[in-house]
Order: sequence, then structure tokens, then C-alpha cells
Amino acid sequence: MKIMLNGEDYETEASTLRQLLDELHVAVERVAVELNLTIVRRADHDSTYIKENDAVEIIHFVGGG
Amino acid sequence: MQDNLVIKGIEFRSRLWVGTGKYKNFEETARAIEASGADVVTVAVRRVNITDRKSENLLDFVDQKKYKILPNTAGCYNVEDALRYSRLARESGVSDMVKLEVIGDERTLFPDTIGLLKATEILAKEGFMVFPYTNDDPIMAKRLEDAGAVAVMPLAAPIGSGLGIRNPYNLKIILEAAKVPVIVDAGVGTASDVAIAMELGSDAVLLNTAIAGAKDPIMMASAMKHAVIAGRLAYKAGRIGRKLYATASSPIEGML
Repeated sequence: MKIMLNGEDYETEASTLRQLLDELHVAVERVAVELNLTIVRRADHDSTYIKENDAVEIIHFVGGG
Repeated sequence: MQDNLVIKGIEFRSRLWVGTGKYKNFEETARAIEASGADVVTVAVRRVNITDRKSENLLDFVDQKKYKILPNTAGCYNVEDALRYSRLARESGVSDMVKLEVIGDERTLFPDTIGLLKATEILAKEGFMVFPYTNDDPIMAKRLEDAGAVAVMPLAAPIGSGLGIRNPYNLKIILEAAKVPVIVDAGVGTASDVAIAMELGSDAVLLNTAIAGAKDPIMMASAMKHAVIAGRLAYKAGRIGRKLYATASSPIEGML
């Protein structure tokens, strides 16, 4: 299935957000996730399904002033 | 004598707050913030690098038991983006605090204070501890305070400019009027700038480039640590007045 991940086309096997994060080997406790511009709480990653053409954003912290 | 800064019941051990940007690597970042004695470090919110997932994470080098994380909204040029970045930062679970930036112009990185005020109002209502990065404008500082900011962060000079305290008189007016802590943010170049900010009565100083861009960032971090302490003590001790003519320090009595 094709989704938009962090602004780029991405092909995924995942059907939930949690599976997507696992597929990407992203440490869940260090990131925040947005699905189609709405923040999805960590507790809801498992129960949140993604579908074709969804826009997913995964952010974390980087050095900044 | 205990002289810690307290904001909304949270105690801050150091009056020097530092950024984590522009360092060579995370090891240097960690050593510099350690040397600075800071207990608040700012971070930026950015996309995870999907193609290079093994890359190290900043938070692996910043012990959250030792440091309070203050996410910023750097790079946001409108209210919507600033709200979005703030909410994402909070969702990541490290902090309810946000260093709120709504930038008005790329060359100066001066704040768009109209947008800043709107965003402050909204985020304060959502329960954020909002630290707005603002201009050295006493009226706007008051407005931000009324809008629910837990502190105000007037700039000393443009971000990363190293120009130092350009308008001590406005800062003085902001400090006299403020009911919330005033944290001078951005534009300092060296230790004396930090000392001046603290001697004026600022509650803390936040800086990044002055340390990260120094030839020896670790040594400069230590210099900044001492400058904040020296400036704070001088402010509390109460400096002597300025006079045009000399007053002898040694007695006339007993002279031959």
C-alpha cells in the first residue's frame, strides 16, 4: 500500500500505525505521530488503521536553540 | 542562600539555559551542556529521517533525569505551524513546556509578535507552559503575560548574531513591569553580554550559538556558567552609583 510518509511516497506492508513504526524500527517513546494532520496518541497507535494515500508524519527532537 | 528560579512550581537549578543546535556532534553537545551547568536545554521538532533510521538520537545524549527539555517551534512562520509543532512536541511526552517562536522574517528572524500573541493565548488555554520568544518591546511583553505566558523571553539581539544586549533600557523597562520571569533569549556573543543581562535583573539567559560557535565550546560553556552566576550576584548585591569624579579609596587621615 502506498502512503505519504514524512512528505515522501512510501510503500508499506503495515495496516496499523504501530505496525508502521515497527516496520521502520522507530523507538515509539521518542517520537510523535500525525495521521492526516491529526495527532495520534501513543496509546492509540495499535488501534489506528492506515489506508492508501494516508499522510503520516513522524517527528522527533533534534538539536536546536 | 537558596536563589533558584521557580516557574509555576517548577524549580530551576541554573539561570543559564542552553540550546543544542550547531554542535559538531552529540558528544560535543553533551559535554557543552554539562560544562554550562544548565538544567534546561532547548530542542527542535523535526521529521524523523526515514532513510537513515540507525542515526543516533539527541535524547540519548541528554539525560532527562538531569535536564528539563524545552522544545521550540523554530522555523515556524505562522500561528498554525507553531501550534502544530507545539502539540507534536507535547505528544512526544518529554515536556509541557514550549519555547514558542513565530518568526516574521528570514533575514532577521525577528518574531512576528502579532502571531506570537495569538499562539500564546491558544496554547496557554491548552495547558502548555508557554515561553514566548519576543522582541525587546515592553508593551508586547505585558500582552504576552496577560495572554498566559509563564515567562517572557525578549531577545538581546537577532538570533545567532552575537551582538549582545542592544537595548538594555527596554529590557530594564520589561523587567520592572513584568510579573512573570524574564529570560533574555538570543543574540548574546560572550560572557560579558550574559553578565550584563543578569546585572539588569533578568531571571535567566538562554543562548546557543555563543557556546556552540565558539572556538572552544566547552570552555565557553564554562565561561557562560560563571557569567550568569557573577551577573546574578552583582544584581543582588546592588552596584554602586556612577559618578563623574573620583572618590579616594584610601583615607587622607594619617598621611605624612
